[in-house]
Amino acid sequence: MEIVNAAFFDHFMDPRNVGVLEDPDGKGKGGDPSCGDWLVIMIKVREEVISDIRFQCRGCSAAIATSSVTTELAKGKSVAEAREITAEEIEKGVGGLPEEKKHCSLLGVTALNAALDDYLYGKGKKKA
Amino acid sequence: MKEKNEQTPRVYFDHNATTYMRKEIIELMMPYFGEKYGNPSSLHFFGQEGRAALDKARAQVAALIGADPEEILFTSGGTESDNLAIQGTVRKNRDRVKRPHIITSSIEHPAVLRTCQALEKEGSEVTYLPCDRQGIVDIRRLEEIIRPETVLVSLMLANNETGVIQPVEDAARITRKLGVPLHVDGIQGVGKIPVDVSALGVDMLSISPHKFYGPKGVGALYRKRGTGLAAVYSGGHHEVGLRPGTENVPAIVGFGEACRITALRLEQEMKQIGDLRDRLEKGIRERVEDILLNGAGKRRVPNTCCVTVRRIEGEALVLNLSVLGFAISSGSACASGESRPSHVLIAMGLDPVDAQSTLRISLGIGNTVGDVEAFLEVLPEVVQRLRKLSPI
Ligand SMILES: Cc1ncc(COP(=O)(O)O)c(C=O)c1O
Ligand code: FES
Repeated sequence: MEIVNAAFFDHFMDPRNVGVLEDPDGKGKGGDPSCGDWLVIMIKVREEVISDIRFQCRGCSAAIATSSVTTELAKGKSVAEAREITAEEIEKGVGGLPEEKKHCSLLGVTALNAALDDYLYGKGKKKA
Repeated sequence: MKEKNEQTPRVYFDHNATTYMRKEIIELMMPYFGEKYGNPSSLHFFGQEGRAALDKARAQVAALIGADPEEILFTSGGTESDNLAIQGTVRKNRDRVKRPHIITSSIEHPAVLRTCQALEKEGSEVTYLPCDRQGIVDIRRLEEIIRPETVLVSLMLANNETGVIQPVEDAARITRKLGVPLHVDGIQGVGKIPVDVSALGVDMLSISPHKFYGPKGVGALYRKRGTGLAAVYSGGHHEVGLRPGTENVPAIVGFGEACRITALRLEQEMKQIGDLRDRLEKGIRERVEDILLNGAGKRRVPNTCCVTVRRIEGEALVLNLSVLGFAISSGSACASGESRPSHVLIAMGLDPVDAQSTLRISLGIGNTVGDVEAFLEVLPEVVQRLRKLSPI
């Protein structure tokens, strides 16, 4: 295992914002259940700011650690700011990833954006 | 969740990857790195010292598998032995057969599979026999698949992921009858179960001592007298010209000693490991739900446990257990990465997601009841933590 840094293990062993939200304002998925890696992110939005966020993940260590970082980065950001979160930023949050693990951080971006889309345009869309 | 602390154990459960070396083997090897450095091909007394060591080791390796010393070729390891057997057979038949045909299985180690795939690109034809749900290669059609162009059948003795023992003897009856040589990748079997080349009826057998407490980077190919084989490397006259290159004397000395000790202790040590494995599997069954013990109903080498822990990714489980001091392996990672779910588990018909959720725990002679109990303490907590994270 090439992954040796403390930030990675911290997020992997003690991930932040795990679980589900009741009545979320947005819910998004990343990954593909049929290939085994699957991330679900739920958000609450108050005055265009992500006030609460939770995730559930069935995936590799890097998928778990980067999902945790994604939720930390997104929490407290405005919907527009959260859109700007990149895979690189997420990767930095776990102290970098080896080449074959770079794709893991994309799960977070995908699921977060899907949750934001769901908030803006989906079923659970903007409550007045 | 327990944190890493001074009490973190260091338990090695990955003996199918490699083993540590027995101390007495290391000691025996040491002089051959130092004062006994002669080249066995040299006529003078330095060379003769090396030659004697080589001869002795060759006899020890032969004795472990019931072969004659002249039937043992030393190589740089299991991978090279597999390559030499397969490529060397195809080379030997190149002039006789236009499109050489090889029969192997879908659950072989990459040392065999990739060698066969490379030969396919060079004009050989390969048939990959399927396996059943328990991980046993289906040889029922072997007899009808063999044809005049068939130059080799290559099957493994025990699978490295499941430990399941393959029907090599039955295959040998067929290959003998039809006069086709049978190569067996014995790398996960030799040193774990008794192996006698005449009783098995094989023509070639690959051996690798770093799987049974000997050194890495050295191996052997047993080649029954008269079996047609051509060298893959070009060079000197070493190993009857079939494997040129100055011999790795220290490693070969260690290899011989590993075989000698194994022959003496195999029965007792494997009984002990088998009991530990049973305890481990019983414990897993009792304490973790929604698992599959792959191949558990079949004849297996006594040290291997292949367990699917559903709804968790194997890699995450392995890393979490590593943080807690247990070294095990998972055969697979995610489909979007470079590594695919294990071809062995897929061939056995496991769902790809289950294949991805599979651990290989392989015990060794240094493991204790305490190691297994400590693991059984930790495993349910880790599984529970990761399952709680999961949306499925
Ligand atoms: C079944 C099998 N074949 C071949 C090999 C390769 O052997 P070596 O590591 O000695 O090259 C291994 C080792 O992992 C193995 O398990
Ligand atoms: S999500 Fe594919 S290896 Fe991590």
